[in-house]
Amino acid sequence: MSSDSDPKQSLWTEEFSVQASEDKYVLRRQFAKFLVLTSFGMLAGNAWIWSKSLFRGRSAQLPERTVAAASEVPVGGVKLFNYPGPNDNCILVRVSANQYVAYSQKCTHLSCAVYYSRDHNRLECPCHEGYFSIDDGRVLQGPPPRPLPRIQLERRGDQLIATGILEEGQ
Amino acid sequence: MTPVSSETRKRRRPVIDAAIFFIVILLMVQMWLLTATLESYLAGHHEAAAPGMIVSLVLFAAVLGFYRFIVRVEARDRK
Repeated sequence: MSSDSDPKQSLWTEEFSVQASEDKYVLRRQFAKFLVLTSFGMLAGNAWIWSKSLFRGRSAQLPERTVAAASEVPVGGVKLFNYPGPNDNCILVRVSANQYVAYSQKCTHLSCAVYYSRDHNRLECPCHEGYFSIDDGRVLQGPPPRPLPRIQLERRGDQLIATGILEEGQ
Repeated sequence: MTPVSSETRKRRRPVIDAAIFFIVILLMVQMWLLTATLESYLAGHHEAAAPGMIVSLVLFAAVLGFYRFIVRVEARDRK
């Protein structure tokens, strides 16, 4: 008995074999179909990154936001703030009397919050011991693959204003 | 119509296996490409996004080609 011989065979017989010997063929075709769908998923992922990069290029400037009063932070002290969105945690460090730096607080490894180590004068991630330079946010040690994004600061009078974000390569 | 003998099917099976093997290889390359493009995008190198997508499109077309090949070989078996 063969289901192939009937030209008007039901659609389901294409996917489900009647004969046991056809089982492997159907499974292989289904497996191949699954692989094609996975490949399409990968393509969709790449397309999403591409569209994000296009959108990013055309996006408006980041807003300016007052971070803190300069006198509010003591030398060696820190202040946490959010920039540019309410969920983007950042850390402001007063390195010396006239030097302030600010970075995203999310470690570039697995997004743990980094903190300032005054003893070693560096930013440290407690999760996997990733260390970042306080001067430019570059990775000093550990698994983080990229430097910390740096927040551009501008001083206007006694106010420290965040004006943008510098990613690696900018 | 007479069904294809099991001997013929057995002979064609390695061809289908080989096609699936190539699809898996292409998929692994595509997976690597996606992670590399994402990593480079997150690192601020946005210029890698467009070539990444084009190569991914080519790989997807190749995967689709192999799939169509499998379906065609199988359809030939069913005749």
